[in-house]
Order: sequence, then structure tokens, then C-alpha cells
Amino acid sequence: MVFVLLPMGLSLYFSLTDYSLLESPVWVGAGNYRRLMDDPRFWLSVRNTLLFAFVFIPAATALSLVLAVALSGRLRVGKLVQACIFIPTLVPMVATAVVFSWLFNGEYGLVNAGLRAIGLEGPSWLTSRAWAVPALVLLSLWSIGQQVVVYIAAVHEVPAELHEAARLDGMSVVGRFFRVTLPMISPVVLFNVIVLTINTLQVFAQPYILFRTKDGQNDAGLFYTMHLYDNAFVYQQMGYASAMAWIQLVVVLILTAAMWWASRRFVHYRAA
Amino acid sequence: MKKWEFKPGVAVLSVAMLAIALAFVMPLLWMISTSVKPEKQAASQAIRLLPDPASSTLPQAAENYTAVWHDSTVQFPLYLRNTLIVAMLSVAGMTLSSAVVAYGLSRIRWKGRGAMFAITLATMMIPFPVLMVPLFAIFKQLGWNGTLAPLWVPAWFGGAFNIFMLRQFFMGIPKELDEAARIDGMGHWGIFWRIIVPLSKPALAVVALFHFVYVWNDFIGPLIYLHHRDTYTLALGLQLYQSQAGQTPWNLLMAASTLVVLPLVLLFIVTQGSFVRGISAEGLKG
Repeated sequence: MVFVLLPMGLSLYFSLTDYSLLESPVWVGAGNYRRLMDDPRFWLSVRNTLLFAFVFIPAATALSLVLAVALSGRLRVGKLVQACIFIPTLVPMVATAVVFSWLFNGEYGLVNAGLRAIGLEGPSWLTSRAWAVPALVLLSLWSIGQQVVVYIAAVHEVPAELHEAARLDGMSVVGRFFRVTLPMISPVVLFNVIVLTINTLQVFAQPYILFRTKDGQNDAGLFYTMHLYDNAFVYQQMGYASAMAWIQLVVVLILTAAMWWASRRFVHYRAA
Repeated sequence: MKKWEFKPGVAVLSVAMLAIALAFVMPLLWMISTSVKPEKQAASQAIRLLPDPASSTLPQAAENYTAVWHDSTVQFPLYLRNTLIVAMLSVAGMTLSSAVVAYGLSRIRWKGRGAMFAITLATMMIPFPVLMVPLFAIFKQLGWNGTLAPLWVPAWFGGAFNIFMLRQFFMGIPKELDEAARIDGMGHWGIFWRIIVPLSKPALAVVALFHFVYVWNDFIGPLIYLHHRDTYTLALGLQLYQSQAGQTPWNLLMAASTLVVLPLVLLFIVTQGSFVRGISAEGLKG
């Protein structure tokens, strides 16, 4: 608790000051927030982060659900496939990013070698503006194993009688997914989407390693937390960085509240 | 009794799933494959899993991995030691303190318990960047920046997710056991150590396991707090190895990645059941 609530208060205070760590904070009121509004790098990082979130969160959720439903049946290969999907989640983010920077290497990377084999010329993923976010999405999709495991467990808890009844009513597999499975597991989906959103908006280690090389920063790969980190620990503008942090916090809270609110109509809670 | 029959749907689905499984393992296979090749073959456009000639695989692997392990600027043996120190202190603290807090939130009735629990849960939503700057300032005051302390001391104050999970688990232990123990003259401390902890070993193991993985993976923490190369952890060391002046050859970089990844994958294979059960439990309780 001490390590959360006290820092939060301090952070709010810092965000209203000019603070370099070397001297004591100087009160500037809303000055940092006003400066942020005129900071093009700030808006760039906001844009990139939102773009990434809008693509990645739906893609990850849809893919996890499809894989979970496919693997929740009694496939002989199910356990093996599940293990293969889960193992990448254990790989440290730094290692993931290093390995993918190799896979996405424009000249020698496996991804482009594969594309070349089917007659396509792959882009230079990590240095191009257009392909930076897609590359990060692919990398992040590689680590969705935890969600798949959670959704498999949730799907298993759906009573078999419901499926039986729906089948007797002549519902197709797809129909049963949308009208039986999905409503029954919707509380789990909501919870996981919220957690995923909070984490996605903080993405740091992977883009830091992928898009920041000694040749410089790929602007399409500048994400919110990276810009915040730069301000705090590279430029020593602790107050400015704290203002960014509080904007992030408020956005996360609003988004979470909005998702709870919007989901009341869709999420189905079983009577306990 | 149903006889086994060939179902085309199941066959197609199985093949599709195996293809997906292959896609998920491919990056790791390629990592290992690159790590045993000579530099020239690693940086080539041909797709082949083993070096040419294949008989050179083992000696080449030995050469690459030795080169990584004994690198003069990036000292992986030292980083392994640092990571293990942080991991041990941090895992012990996280498991113990989360259990104590969870005990207080589940087995002792007190005013404000519900509110306290709600606040604990709410802290899960706070993005780390909000805490990053003030924690750095606090640790600077304490003179801890540059040491390993900021990486493990906070763990001794518990983690919201773990407290939540352990609380749910403790609630499932019958209250009658507490009462029997109290009649035998045990206090809370006795009940905690002699009843709750022994009965909760699987849940505590999951907390310890997850926290170990977390520490092993943590990048932003070490990046902020550690300033000297001697104090780096493996995650930070790998990044340093990647970014050091003069491009690190890909085969060596992949060998280093393999060294960082391998212990966790082995840990997973040894404890597979606990991981998957733990994650299912966490994600479902929403």
C-alpha cells in the first residue's frame, strides 16, 4: 500500500511542479499540462499508442477466443497445442523483442525470407513508418497464451446442457458460439479485456528495444510510456513526466469505467 | 459405446491447430537455430534449421555459447547472480507478505476490512508509470538507486493480485479449523503458520512461481534503478548486449536470448500443472 498510495499523491504534486530531482520542486500549477498540449512528440506518442491499442486489443481477444473454443473440445492434439501457445508467454519481454527484431530484420529476417519464398518482398518492418505498429501487433499476439488458457477454462465451465439444448434447436457451431458460449463467459471476457487494455496502454519494453537503435528512434514506434520515460530519466523533467503519468491514469480510469458501463447490457452474470 | 470413426471436421481442425502451434513455437526454434550457426550462415537469406554441414552443429554451438558467457563487457554470469539474488529476496517477500495481508483480509473481522480490500484491488489498475517517478525520487532520498534494493524491497509490501488470489483461497478453508485452534490456545500467528500456510501450499507455490517469472522478466525496473553494469539483471544485460557499440552478431545475440529464456521454459516444463491452474484461477475470478 505504502508503495502505491504515497507515490500516487507525490506524483500528482510533482505534476504541478517543475522538478529536476536535483533541486526541490517549484510550483507551476497547470503549466506542465499546458506545455503537453503543445508538445508534438506527446501527440505522436498518443497517436501511436492508441493505434496500437485499437488494433491489438480486438485482435488479441478475438484470436484468443477462437483458439480457446477450438482447443476446449476433445482434440487429441489439444494439450500439445495449448502448451505451444503458452510457452511464449514465459519468454521475457526483452528476449521476445530481441528475437523478433531478428525475425523482422529486413534483409535476413525469417519473416521476410518466408515472404520471399512465396514471391513477396517484405518491408523493412522496424524502420518503416507504416509497418512499425503491425510488427508490434504481431509480436504481441505471439504472447496471448495466458488469455487463451483463461478462456479455455471459462469455456469448460459453460454447462453442457445449454449446448445440448441449442443443438436440438438446430443452432450451428457459430450460432452456439455467439448465443451460448460468448454470453456465458462474458464476465471473464470483460475482466480480461480491461486488464489487457490497462497493460496495452503501458507498452514499453518491446517498442523500446525494437524501434530505438543506435541509428535513432523510429517515430512510428514512439509509445506513450517511452516518451514519459524519456522526459523523466533522459531529460530529468520529473514534473512534466508526472503530468503525463496522471493523464495516463485518468484515461485508464475513464476507459475502465466506460467499459463497465457499456458492458452492463451485454455481460451476463449467472445467479451465484 | 461409440466406435472411433474418421471425422473430417476434427481432422481439419487438428491440422489447423497444429499449424498454429508451429507458428507459435517457430520464433523460439529459429532463435535456437540461429544460436548454433556460424555468423556467416546466420546472416543469410536461406531458410535452414541446422548449420551446414550439420555435423558442425555441436562444436559451433559450444563456440557461440562460450563466447556469450565469457563476453568481456556484458557479464552474463554476474547478471545471473544478480537476478537470482533479487528473485530470491523478492519471491520470499512477496509470498510471505501477500499471505499475511490476505489472512488479515479473510480470517480476521475488523472495521474497514471491506474498504481496505476494495482499495487493494483498485491499486491493480494503477499504471506503473504513475509510480515510476515518485518511487525513483523516494529511493533517491534513501540512497538506494543504483543498488538492487528498489527491485526487491517493495515486494515485502505485498502485491494486489496475489493478495486477491490468496484471499479467495483462504476463504475456502473451513472456519471451524480456526476455532478448534483457538480452543487449543493458538493466536492468529499460530493459526496462520500451522493451519493456513500448510493448507495453502499449492496457492502459495503459484504466487511464488508467478513472481519469480515477473522478476526474471522485469525490464523497466532495472532500467530505471540500476546505473552500473555490475549490478545489471539478465533482462537488462540482454538489452545491453543487443545495443552495445558495434553490432552484436545475430548468432551470439540469439545464443544470449536462449540463455535468458531457457531457465523459464525448463521451470514451466517441471511445474506445468501449477502454471496453467494458477492462470485459470486468476483470470476467472473477475
